[in-house]
Amino acid sequence: MTPVTPKSPGVVERRRVRVVGGLPRPRPSAGSGARRPGNRTPWLYLAPALVVLGGLLVYPIYQLGLMSFFQYTQAQVSGGEPTTFEGFGNYAELFSDSQFWQVLLATVLFAAACVVSTLAAGCALAVLLTRVRAVPRLVLMLAALGAWATPAVTGSTVWLFLFDPDFGPVNRIFGLGDYSWTYGRLSAFFLVLLEVVWCSFPFVMVTVYAGIRAVPSEVLEAAALDGASQWRIWRSVLTPMLRPILMVVTIQSVIWDFKVFTQIYVITNGGGIAGQNLVLNVYAYQQAFASSQYSLGSAIGVVMLLILLAVTLVYLRLLRRQGEEL
Amino acid sequence: MNLVRGLVRRPWRLAAEVSALLIAAVVAFPLYWMVLSAFKPAGEIESTEPRPWTLAPSLDSFRRVFGQQEFGRYFVNSLVVACTVVVASALIAFLAATAVTRFRFRFRTTLLIMFLVAQMVPVEALTIPLFFLMRDFGQLNTLGSLILPHIAFSLPFAIWMLRGFVKAVPEALEEAAYIDGASRTRFLWQILFPLVFPGLVATSVFSFISAWNDFLFARSFIISDTSQSTLPMALLVFYKPDEPDWGGVMAASTVMTIPVLIFFVLVQRRLVSGLGGAVKD
Repeated sequence: MTPVTPKSPGVVERRRVRVVGGLPRPRPSAGSGARRPGNRTPWLYLAPALVVLGGLLVYPIYQLGLMSFFQYTQAQVSGGEPTTFEGFGNYAELFSDSQFWQVLLATVLFAAACVVSTLAAGCALAVLLTRVRAVPRLVLMLAALGAWATPAVTGSTVWLFLFDPDFGPVNRIFGLGDYSWTYGRLSAFFLVLLEVVWCSFPFVMVTVYAGIRAVPSEVLEAAALDGASQWRIWRSVLTPMLRPILMVVTIQSVIWDFKVFTQIYVITNGGGIAGQNLVLNVYAYQQAFASSQYSLGSAIGVVMLLILLAVTLVYLRLLRRQGEEL
Repeated sequence: MNLVRGLVRRPWRLAAEVSALLIAAVVAFPLYWMVLSAFKPAGEIESTEPRPWTLAPSLDSFRRVFGQQEFGRYFVNSLVVACTVVVASALIAFLAATAVTRFRFRFRTTLLIMFLVAQMVPVEALTIPLFFLMRDFGQLNTLGSLILPHIAFSLPFAIWMLRGFVKAVPEALEEAAYIDGASRTRFLWQILFPLVFPGLVATSVFSFISAWNDFLFARSFIISDTSQSTLPMALLVFYKPDEPDWGGVMAASTVMTIPVLIFFVLVQRRLVSGLGGAVKD
């Protein structure tokens, strides 16, 4: 076959250092296709992805939007009544419902709390990882990977069991008697938050840690030679270099935590007592599949979609401002 | 990093190491408690004085889990769904990532932005239209209704992440291959594919997890034919809010978590280097 086959890890390693280090790098030349303009090959390669995404992502989004403008309940699903065009009727109904606003507020506050706690825990532990020797690092890394790997459903049931008023160890350790965590609104949200942070901080920790490790040691040495203090190195050298990575993990966390479903559904048993722990996602699901209000559920889905789209646009603007090349 | 470490004085490092170990213990505690409870005899689980050990480990809970319903079948179903999703999305994403990194063509940047935006789409919001789509194609109650959406939803992230790995393969290599007379297809599968493989493994973690953990689709699309259920649904059989069978829940959770743990440990190193490269590139 070919005479040159470089070992792939080396390739990855080299690129990581160069790229994450944020050093000026030569713009990659245009792909080989540039020499053959009008080539159909890329579209051939893209075809399977585009077909799958078109059918199972774009089309459902279109359907979601469409449904939110129609009256679509159990009667229409079974074919008993014709579907009628409602215009913005569903949205009007939604926006005049005080529960919707309450759920929206809860979703935003809950997601914000999750993002802040996850980032704080993840970054702090990533820094901690760089300060310890191999054995404690491996132990912490393995524990974090375990939490990361735990499926959301099992994680939720385990945390529920840990905080169980009758048989859970947490209430015993802290002497809380038979205090029920899922009964109160805030304590239930707090329990869900703990589970969410537990299973999502490892992603932040591992990513930020990989980023810190990828900073070339010459840069740090140069800073130290110039007489920069520890704190100064962190603030003026590492933080700017890590900014792209921090941005990615922040955006990812916002997106994940805004869409929390399983944890709320399992821990608060479908949204808590009288729906006190509903977030948009669970709310839409309950409207659609529990109350058969498919069009209302779709309208909530559209609202979520628009909010996340706004977040994405902010992200894209930030990327562009940094001069990222896609 | 030696330098950074060198700047920290000894006592600080000791304190850092002790706290790292303590935090590791706290983080691992839920998993420890899960496995422990799965092995505890019934009397000890339903005890108001829970102890962090057991002197009489028993397999009763596991027996109950595997005895009740068709747990083995659910396990196989979950495995089929997750593996199909991993293989299919890896292959499709590899082709697409090659297209967007190795070629320049019209709408390339637009497509990339679309892939980025697609990652943000709340999967859960699409459950409603997908439900009707699956119904219209007669796919409700089949494993296909779980596999297809998961392939679609794991693709954008996989493509985005693989891009970095494909880019890392030097272009000179491609030219050398063509000069040696390799065809485009041959270059793609015999040279590029093996080189990008570590990246594919790192990427597949995410598709594996999303498919293996899926709860929402299983709950919404597998409505009447329980023989097509997957593990997350089976787990909830034991969890009844009023009177949960904690032993059963913990045993089922253990069984469900172990394959993911194995998968993670296997790809752990590639994951770290993969994330370090991909998130930035």
